[in-house]
Amino acid sequence: MMEKTENLLLITPERCIGCGTCELACSIGHEGEFRPAVSRITVHRFEGGVNIPMACLQCDKPACAAACTTGALEKDTQTGLVNVNPAKCIGCRMCVMACPFGNVLYSMEEKQPLKCDHCGGAPMCAEFCPTNAIEYLPADTATVQRKKAFSAKIAAGIAEVEI
Amino acid sequence: MHGWMGTVLRVNLTAGTVKKESLKKDAAENYIGGRGLGEKYFMDEVDPKVDALSPANKLIFATGPLTGTMGISTGRYDVVTKGPLNDTLAASNSGGYFGAQLKYAGYDMVILEGKAAKPVYLWINNDKVEIRDASHLWGKTVYETDDAVKAATDPEAEVACIGPAGEKLVKFACIMNDKHRAAGRTGVGAVMGTKNLKAIAVRGTRGIRVADKDGYLGIIRAARKKISENPVTSAGLPTYGTNILVNIINQTGAFPTRNWREAYTEEADRISGETLTGAHLLHGKGCGSCVVGCGRVAKAKGKYNEVGEGPEYETAWAFGADCGIFDMDAVLKANFLCNELGLDTITMGSTVACAMELYEIGAVDQKKVGYDLHFGNADAMVALTRATAYREGFGNDLAEGSYRLATKYGHPELSMTVKKQEMPAYDPRGVQGIGLEYATSNRGGCHVRGYTISPEVLGLPMKLDPAVTEGKPEILKVFQDLTASISASGTCLFASFAIGADEIAAELKAATGVDYTPEKVMQIGERIWNLERMFIIKNGYSEKDDTLPPRLLNDPIPAGPAKGKVSRLPEMLPKYYEVRGWDKHGVPKKEKLTELGLGNLAS
Repeated sequence: MMEKTENLLLITPERCIGCGTCELACSIGHEGEFRPAVSRITVHRFEGGVNIPMACLQCDKPACAAACTTGALEKDTQTGLVNVNPAKCIGCRMCVMACPFGNVLYSMEEKQPLKCDHCGGAPMCAEFCPTNAIEYLPADTATVQRKKAFSAKIAAGIAEVEI
Repeated sequence: MHGWMGTVLRVNLTAGTVKKESLKKDAAENYIGGRGLGEKYFMDEVDPKVDALSPANKLIFATGPLTGTMGISTGRYDVVTKGPLNDTLAASNSGGYFGAQLKYAGYDMVILEGKAAKPVYLWINNDKVEIRDASHLWGKTVYETDDAVKAATDPEAEVACIGPAGEKLVKFACIMNDKHRAAGRTGVGAVMGTKNLKAIAVRGTRGIRVADKDGYLGIIRAARKKISENPVTSAGLPTYGTNILVNIINQTGAFPTRNWREAYTEEADRISGETLTGAHLLHGKGCGSCVVGCGRVAKAKGKYNEVGEGPEYETAWAFGADCGIFDMDAVLKANFLCNELGLDTITMGSTVACAMELYEIGAVDQKKVGYDLHFGNADAMVALTRATAYREGFGNDLAEGSYRLATKYGHPELSMTVKKQEMPAYDPRGVQGIGLEYATSNRGGCHVRGYTISPEVLGLPMKLDPAVTEGKPEILKVFQDLTASISASGTCLFASFAIGADEIAAELKAATGVDYTPEKVMQIGERIWNLERMFIIKNGYSEKDDTLPPRLLNDPIPAGPAKGKVSRLPEMLPKYYEVRGWDKHGVPKKEKLTELGLGNLAS
């Protein structure tokens, strides 16, 4: 059996200066141009100086895949990534609506969802982030716990807003 | 096109028309963008003698080919117009996210002409451009305007606007973008105000293409290594902001205190970057594409209890030491007021300092001013900052800047200005080269045209003795020319602590596909410099204006590390003219102008 290797994009918002370089790196990598509007990662800037980069969390139970009626979205248990198969996608945008974090974008031009794919193993957002607010690290216990703790805060915040 | 978007938006506010034009390719190649290209368009279209506050003046928002890309700190744009503070060619540079958004909407520049009949704002939503009524926004602060315009357009839009100061035509009103970033100097906000243009909102979803993507990324990787290995860009600025300079400049003995009567103070640390970071800083912040993060989100405590952005070093100096105030909370509050109301912090603080000296010598009294205006009165300084934005009471005098203020009350020598614009926080008596920079800067007293503090104090890229004059004209020319090209490219000046013409040329070449070389980049900078020089000459400025306030030439620094020194500007100026290829009266020679492709400007 192949050893399971899974890396995570570890985001540390307190380090983020809101420069948006991650969006530029993502779009030059995927689209070949500097175009934040189609970046799979987005940085959200708040009054008071807090900035939060947001990208697909590659959920173990992905709501996007559960909502996908054609099987175009699938969790790859080997890599840990939730992948898009454009050939199966019918453009219904259920995934966009299902993601509780808003981390799936739909491209009107490409007629398919745009979501983080870790750039195939070398994420450019992490490479170019000037403050290491975004890191690409093995999913050891520490990073997973940290990530879970942080995403739980966001999830709780969203749940509160919905109620 | 690559790097450039290829389109210029021309808006005539008198006629209410919007036109899209192709970017002039030759001009773009020869002037790059931003300050350079904006000024080229301005000179081609506007009589230099135009009244800055008349509809015939134009207001240009100009990005560079690197703006909005992932280059080294390439989030900048310039506002080009004739500035009402001193009738120079303003290229007021700003960061934030607004400039990049203009590119994403598809435009290199926006040229605003004429004057709207009533208050309006411009809404640029990619291809769709509308001139909208802004009657309900007139009188609102920068923060209120930004929020209201975003609510009425798109929450993802970026907004540049004026506050009450711009509406009231305060001579040093700025244009604020992203609430806290300023196109600060020479009064560009008053030009926007006189055009009845309250705000520009822009939303763009397009992309910027570069000619050689892999080459560009490779250059960025290599240049970032230099940024991360440089102590200023990797540690000093991110940790303490530009305010790290308070203690450094004070220890050099060149920290102007109490309207430049002194140049050293034991109290400096109370308004320093170390104090700011230790007791007030909430977060560091970067403009678009920033690799440094010198921006400060900070809290004014005590009775002010407010969060905002700042201060830069020059701001902490202007409201702090220059006014004899060593109270970080008051400095922060005054800075926030300037952001909220749309005032240039350097001229505002310096003008209060000038008023304080006028008060101390009895040229103005408490009845006139409304306050006990001795040096050190923080409450009066904060109150007068607000009053200036609204032109209330004595604030109406301050709103004209220190040159007109000091002249009105009979003491022009107390205005610490060059060409009517207030000098920032480095005393030329203690740092000789920066005095030559102030005296020759094409927009008057200004440190960001040729920042010789870098070699003379910080030792970058090489250490020069601040006390000597030899070699300063030569190095200043290099700094001035390189700075012009850096601004034209859309790059932040602070990148140049670690990178230079080699990297800028390489980035420009990979981004645009034009064969830029370091030599070409330096020549373009020289072209921009000479164009600006011809502009101010046509406005009546001459060698007699290439000088410093008499205090700096005649009165030795009374105490501190630079005690006893005066500026030796006269030793440097003739050599500077010679190095520039100008005649002995400081007029560019015809051969020089022709060599630079500016033969048509020869007088």
